[in-house]
Amino acid sequence: MSFKIASSPHQHNQRSTAQIMRLVTLACLPGIILQAVMFGYGVIIQLALAIITAWCSEALILRLRNKPVLARLKDNSALLTAVLLAIAIPPYAPWWLIVIGTAFAIIMVKQLYGGLGNNIFNPAMAAYVLLLVSFPLQMTQWLPPLSLQSISLTPLDAVCSIFSQFSCSGFSLSQLQSGIDGISMATPLDTLRTDLNRGLTLDESWQRPVFFAFAGTGWLWLNLAYLAGGLLLIQQKIISWRIPVAVLGSLFVLAAVSSLASSDTFAGPLFHLFSGGTMLAAFFIATDPVSASTTDKGRLYYGALIGMLVFLIRNFGGYPDAYAFAILLANMTVPLIDYYTRPRTYGHRARSELK
Amino acid sequence: MPSLFQQIQAGKVWDFHGGIHPPTRKQQSSQKPIAVMPLPDRLYIPLRQHIGVAGVLLVRTGDRVLKGQPLTAADNSMAVPVHAPTSGIVVNIAPHTSPHPSAMPELTLTLEPDGQDEWRIREPLNFATCDNLTLLNRIQESGIAGMGGAGFPTHLKVGMTQPVDYLIINAVECEPYISADDLLMQEAATTIVKGIDILCRLLAPKAVLIGIEDDKPIATAAMMAACNQREHYYVRSVPSKYPSGGEKQLIQLLTNKEVPNGRRPVDIGIVMQNVGTAFAVAQAVLDDHPLISRIVTVTGDTLNQPQNMLALLGTPVSALLDACGFQPEAQQRVIMGGPMMGFTLPDLSVPVVKTTNCILAPTATELPAANNEIECIRCSSCADACPASLLPQQLLWYSKAKDSTKLQEYNLADCIECGACAYVCPSEIPLVQYYRVAKAEIREQQHEALKAEQAKARFEARNARLEQEKQQRAERNQQLAATRKQQQQASGADSTVADALARIKAKQAQSLSTEPSDKMQVQAQRELKKQQARAYQQDKADASQTIAPAADNADNSSPAVNSKAASVAAALARAKAKKAAQANTGISTDIITDTAVEVTENSVALAVTTSPATPVTSADTIAPDPRKAAVAAALARAKARQQQQVQTPTEPAQANNNNAAINTVTEPDPRKAAIAAAIARAKAKKQADSENS
Repeated sequence: MSFKIASSPHQHNQRSTAQIMRLVTLACLPGIILQAVMFGYGVIIQLALAIITAWCSEALILRLRNKPVLARLKDNSALLTAVLLAIAIPPYAPWWLIVIGTAFAIIMVKQLYGGLGNNIFNPAMAAYVLLLVSFPLQMTQWLPPLSLQSISLTPLDAVCSIFSQFSCSGFSLSQLQSGIDGISMATPLDTLRTDLNRGLTLDESWQRPVFFAFAGTGWLWLNLAYLAGGLLLIQQKIISWRIPVAVLGSLFVLAAVSSLASSDTFAGPLFHLFSGGTMLAAFFIATDPVSASTTDKGRLYYGALIGMLVFLIRNFGGYPDAYAFAILLANMTVPLIDYYTRPRTYGHRARSELK
Repeated sequence: MPSLFQQIQAGKVWDFHGGIHPPTRKQQSSQKPIAVMPLPDRLYIPLRQHIGVAGVLLVRTGDRVLKGQPLTAADNSMAVPVHAPTSGIVVNIAPHTSPHPSAMPELTLTLEPDGQDEWRIREPLNFATCDNLTLLNRIQESGIAGMGGAGFPTHLKVGMTQPVDYLIINAVECEPYISADDLLMQEAATTIVKGIDILCRLLAPKAVLIGIEDDKPIATAAMMAACNQREHYYVRSVPSKYPSGGEKQLIQLLTNKEVPNGRRPVDIGIVMQNVGTAFAVAQAVLDDHPLISRIVTVTGDTLNQPQNMLALLGTPVSALLDACGFQPEAQQRVIMGGPMMGFTLPDLSVPVVKTTNCILAPTATELPAANNEIECIRCSSCADACPASLLPQQLLWYSKAKDSTKLQEYNLADCIECGACAYVCPSEIPLVQYYRVAKAEIREQQHEALKAEQAKARFEARNARLEQEKQQRAERNQQLAATRKQQQQASGADSTVADALARIKAKQAQSLSTEPSDKMQVQAQRELKKQQARAYQQDKADASQTIAPAADNADNSSPAVNSKAASVAAALARAKAKKAAQANTGISTDIITDTAVEVTENSVALAVTTSPATPVTSADTIAPDPRKAAVAAALARAKARQQQQVQTPTEPAQANNNNAAINTVTEPDPRKAAIAAAIARAKAKKQADSENS
């Protein structure tokens, strides 16, 4: 009889790439559910659109590249990209926005760079930046949380507004955006930024209904949900604690220092940590293994760089939130960071000792 | 701050980077006593079972050997002998599939046991009275090589003169499934400790550290009990983590030291021996029992009775498996060694050797084969698992790119191939396999570079030698010449030589002065004859020209053609033809012929100018210039055609196409053309005459 020849090791742990991707997606679920509850059914529709687009684009390109389509689709990486992009864009953005974004993420950013594992940039964030730069209006039309909405939306309304930009009862998106008091509502970060630019102090701005406790209404809970999911990932050893800790740490420190220096013009560290996409980005997006740093020390630098860029752009840049830009910029530095943070190999002296 | 030794004494155990926790599955075999493998039909004894070289063969086919009788003899320090595991007949000495990942055939002695198991005469040593050299010789002669896996000759490791602080006994046995050392310690702890005593005699260490993984409580207790009389023996329980049994990792665990890159443990005062080796040393010294058997864990779910077996070296794997109730499945894998670092066997006639600690025959569900490799997602789980703190994902990248410079920069050579990275890889990339290939390629490159360097050095040395020899020769010749001259001057032979030379010169001068006059006369005569010939030919040519000036020119076979005459004739002909044409034909044909003539003229002019300027004497040369002849022929042909056109003005289309005219220039028979030309000229003349009149 013939015996099978294989190379060692003959034993493998049973966690596959597909499982990792699936677990990350599952860890997003608390946040997604909360987002749907807070901002309406639009989130679900965007998710569905994104996932379908991602699978179609991935299948198309894999076919063109003569790769096994089904086997690669099963690695769940396209799914994860789609989910991350869908929850990052406004829930009632027009349907073509998410379709363009997802297709761009999968085709241009991921597959054209060589597919899974070879992309330099985080696909979801590159697509987000593309959309933000190309369609700034649609990308900033966040509705206020349901509790602040003057007009409540049914699931059918959600479908109508995404596909026609008008709800079934004929309200336009900008009408829907206005709050109970009739004033158009933006995200807390956007509101704060506008107010500060108008010369208001932080305390004055703080009186608005979009703020709640120490963060924005709704956004606080959303960030807590993503934080929970992220902690689960760390507990499951799917992501390393280093990147999220470094991102949050550097953002916290910079915000704390600046708000101590000028409490009227700089929001406090807790506001920064629980506003916008902070937790989602720190635990789910910055930790994308493909585009992040891979060494222990490098991950700390990488995370700290993201936190710093976010702080700078939020306070001094042209956009209210900054994760997409910060992560893309940090992605570019990864090869350099990785090169200079190589660990000391067993039996070798540290590089600093060599000189 | 307590010193390192104090910390070790206090029982401190450190940690190493990375490592993994695979399911150990040792219970399958560790719960049963060691079984003794019955004598197999045949024993296959590879002559080399360790790292080093094989000894010199001592027996021949057909010899009867006794149990424990050496089959080879060590003729140098890197060789250890092999022994007959039982008494029997040597039936064959031929290459046989080797217990090596490559499965390359190696010279193997086949022994047919006679069933009597008859020992040779044994001479146990008195350990207390014999000296170190005797001990070392006994260890080497007993064929002992590291039994943990590498198979390094033990006498070299314990015969080193460098001072040793710690002797570490490796009883960690971190690979899943394997329990051979565990059982050995459970059943033979006192013999092991006696072996350690012998090693201590040779190495004189400050302390002995015995590292055992904490999942072997019985073995640990047995060893502690056996060591309790020896105060500088420390049994240390290390946490179960693969690969804590790696030499470098265990050193780090027990002493917090790292073996510097490119050095050996002994350079930092540490020697490590496997627990099985210590047992073998004790047997060899105290019982004169050479290394002819070992404990092998035979395990896996395809076996009814997984267990540890005391097997003779040379026992084929198939016999071991059958003794344990082997029920193979389709695509069965049989692994020699553990699941992390073992290798699969291509056939089961491979024998047990000194380094074989496990035979693993798993089912496909037990150890699923990794075969759906996908891309690396840079999750760096591998880097987290790497006990050498390497960056496996970078190494993979550069291995695929075959970038040996970068691979060396990322310290590929420090990879111990433990397989932890491939174990954790979610993309199921066989990382270790990539590294093995890359390492082999780098070795090959270095080998090539070395060879090239040696060749260059040889070449340069040869050149230098040749140059030196040349100089030496030149110097010697000079010296010889100088001495000769001196001798001549001394003997006064100088003047006679000079006289002789002068005589010779004078003679030569005479002969030279007579010769030239003769030669000149001959040359003058020749010149005269030539001139006569030329004059004769000139006359002849002139005569022929006056008779038929054009026809001559046109004829290719004409021996002499005067280019001047030809061109003059051509010009004349052209002029005549033109006149005739003007007189006889319409304007249209006139133009056509004109252009045709021009074309021909051009070609003629071209031919004339391109031909080298012919001297006046060219007419005298016998060989005609073929180019000139061709020119003349072409002229004649052209004239003929003009004439034709003149004669047949109703068919202007024929000449209408200039190209066609030129193309056909070469076609007509030159002789006919010449005749036609002559006729044409004659007619033209007549015409002219009539016009004149």
